[in-house]
Amino acid sequence: MLEPRSFSGGLHPPDLKATADKAIVNLPIPSKVVLHVSQHIGAPARPTQKITDKVVCGQCIAEPGGFVSAPVHATISGTVIGAGNFMHPFGVPSPAIVIERSPDIQEPVYTAEDGLGLPVEEIKKRIQQSGVVGLGGATFPTHVKLSPPETKHIDTVILNGVECEPALTADHRLMLEEPDRIINGLRLIMKVLNSEKGIVGIEMNKPDAIALFTEKFKNEKNLSVQPLEVKYPQGGEKQLIYACLGREIPSGKLPMDVGVVVQNVASAAAISDAVNLQKPLMERVVTLAGNCAAKPGNYRVRIGTPVGDFIEMAGGLKADIPLKKVIMGGPMMGFALFDLNVPIIKGTSGVLCWDETQAKVPVQTACLRCGSCIRACPMGLLPQQMKQLVDHKKWEKVDQIGMLDCIECGCCAYACPAGLPLVQTFKLGKKNVMAERKKSATSKG
Amino acid sequence: MNAISTATTSSVPRLLVTTSPHIQSGLSAARVMWDVNLAMLPALVMAIHNFGLRAALVIGFSVAGAVAAEFLIQKFLLQKPSTLSDGSAVVTGILLAFCVPAALPLWVAFVGGFVAIALGKQAYGGLGQNIFNPAHVARAVLLASWPVYMTTWFKPGQEYGIADAVTTATPLGLLKETARDIQLMEKITAEGGNLIGYVMQKLQITFSDLFLGVNFSGSLGETSKLALIIGGIYLLIRGHISWHGPVAMIATVFAGAFIVGGSLHYALFHLLTGGLIIGALFMITDMVTSPMTNKGHLLFGFGCGAITLLIRLKGGYPEGVCYSILIMNAFVPLIDKFMIPKRFGTSSQETVS
Repeated sequence: MLEPRSFSGGLHPPDLKATADKAIVNLPIPSKVVLHVSQHIGAPARPTQKITDKVVCGQCIAEPGGFVSAPVHATISGTVIGAGNFMHPFGVPSPAIVIERSPDIQEPVYTAEDGLGLPVEEIKKRIQQSGVVGLGGATFPTHVKLSPPETKHIDTVILNGVECEPALTADHRLMLEEPDRIINGLRLIMKVLNSEKGIVGIEMNKPDAIALFTEKFKNEKNLSVQPLEVKYPQGGEKQLIYACLGREIPSGKLPMDVGVVVQNVASAAAISDAVNLQKPLMERVVTLAGNCAAKPGNYRVRIGTPVGDFIEMAGGLKADIPLKKVIMGGPMMGFALFDLNVPIIKGTSGVLCWDETQAKVPVQTACLRCGSCIRACPMGLLPQQMKQLVDHKKWEKVDQIGMLDCIECGCCAYACPAGLPLVQTFKLGKKNVMAERKKSATSKG
Repeated sequence: MNAISTATTSSVPRLLVTTSPHIQSGLSAARVMWDVNLAMLPALVMAIHNFGLRAALVIGFSVAGAVAAEFLIQKFLLQKPSTLSDGSAVVTGILLAFCVPAALPLWVAFVGGFVAIALGKQAYGGLGQNIFNPAHVARAVLLASWPVYMTTWFKPGQEYGIADAVTTATPLGLLKETARDIQLMEKITAEGGNLIGYVMQKLQITFSDLFLGVNFSGSLGETSKLALIIGGIYLLIRGHISWHGPVAMIATVFAGAFIVGGSLHYALFHLLTGGLIIGALFMITDMVTSPMTNKGHLLFGFGCGAITLLIRLKGGYPEGVCYSILIMNAFVPLIDKFMIPKRFGTSSQETVS
């Protein structure tokens, strides 16, 4: 086995992965789904359905709103009962289509073919039509990553099986239970990009997954497993590429600029279905965890299932422990929900149901200038100084010291002994710096 | 917004919403400060072992002065919630007491503690805002105000307060005195001896005495290097300090003394005397008044070591740790400006065009 590799900065939050040995359970089909047209980065999809329309599972109900966009598909068969603004997990009302299930409509049956034999253009078309986006949480439309400019050759495809967020185990289980889908997806991506090398990056805390893929790749010349040091945020795209290949993506550039495309392992599996079965992205594996969850585990659920219904179907909440906080995603980068009516979206990797003891809010005290944030930052930034500049609205200065390089991984705020809301400050800072850049660009132009 | 309720479970209590990250290391200013207090315990025990009840009294009065200043200023002058429980005033009080002689009048110790917090910390805006190490600010004030009290050293292991207690020289004090006496130096050289041998013989001490902190006089907390190192290792293990500053400072003094003095004994003597070890482990590692990066700590430690040695060899005072740290404190903003980590993605390297 290869020596584990890493990056500089980062830290070791508690692993909390209590569901790593829980096999994926397929949940029943929900009675209702809420499908937002914005479940990806880029232009929202354009809804094509209206209330009372009958839809079949897998049918496209919202078309891409541009190239950097993705279609949305019905994830259950039934009737459209709502179209308009519904609460998005991000906390804002956003256009969505609500479908109520009609059990009498038949679920479609998909027949398999060998996608690797198809021409590249056909593979790309099928991926684009399936609505696959980055399932690790970033939700960048996959077909865009697979369409680099002709001048940029992608020599290496990296599959992200790191799952460095504490508490999440969905990717881990998928790697153990359905490695062939993932590997097929990797081959398809490599075929589209004409890449020479495929690497699956896995953290050392998943030795079973490393062993399984090493075994699978035993006779492969161009596919390999890269074990990685257990450190957060090892799964950050820039950190992963650096750890696997020693290539550093220049500030403001993309993986393709260093000849690499990174895809999440779950995205690779979805790509395999999209090409071989022509099956759109309709479900995903979600980790349910936290002190309040009665049956923590890994569940395959239809996208659009309201979080409350998902929790109910997956065993519900413990009756005796009051629920305090619900997080969609992981503890480091996930977002807290205020309402369980919001749906599971394409990028939902976990739902954490926390009680009072888990949902502690740090007490804010004065900055000690201890430098913990600087040592923790995997991007080599100066969080302490950035916070001062953002607090004083010095947008130009904070831009100069790398505000937009911040990946919002949360290492600084995790490490801060003064409990300062650094990530919150930087989200605000990034927004303002981008607005400021736009303003100065238009005034010059 | 559409009024259709989309989930069947709507009887959920109000949920807590905060931005990520949702977990935290659990480290707090208070935890760091109380850990520092704990780390000073071995040295405190040695101070009491060496100087008896008197040591406990001096430490107690210094801490009382610091705590009183913190409480009174926050309560009446600033009318802000008290931060006494974070333990930082206690740290300052103990550190100051560690840097003064055991025979210091107790009221002077109290004034020192008060000055440390009032002038050294609260005047700047409280915890995290001060530029200079508060304990050393107070020590400098006491040394300028009551120079005799601050340089009267009694032999360890005797009753205090009695008029005929025996005073003694500190190892560094005697070193400086001897080195200045040209006739004496000529005599020592003529007899085939050396400076360090003479000083140690005169004080009847060995290197192991200097390391363990017994049989010689000095400031309360700085005599036992062993006790200080135990505390320093604890802080290192707890992750509250990094090795960079201490190693840079100690190595600079050791290497510099070796070059100047030409012998290992001379270098070792400089290493084990005065406030070097307490300065390197407890003073320059103070988060607030030291640089923020490891690179910065190396430079900071080097500067502290170099100025310490310069004062010891060429200055008017026998010891230079306190002033060297105060001087380097002033350079911290400058160090922080330049000793910064390399930003990811700013290396010049080929990209696929």
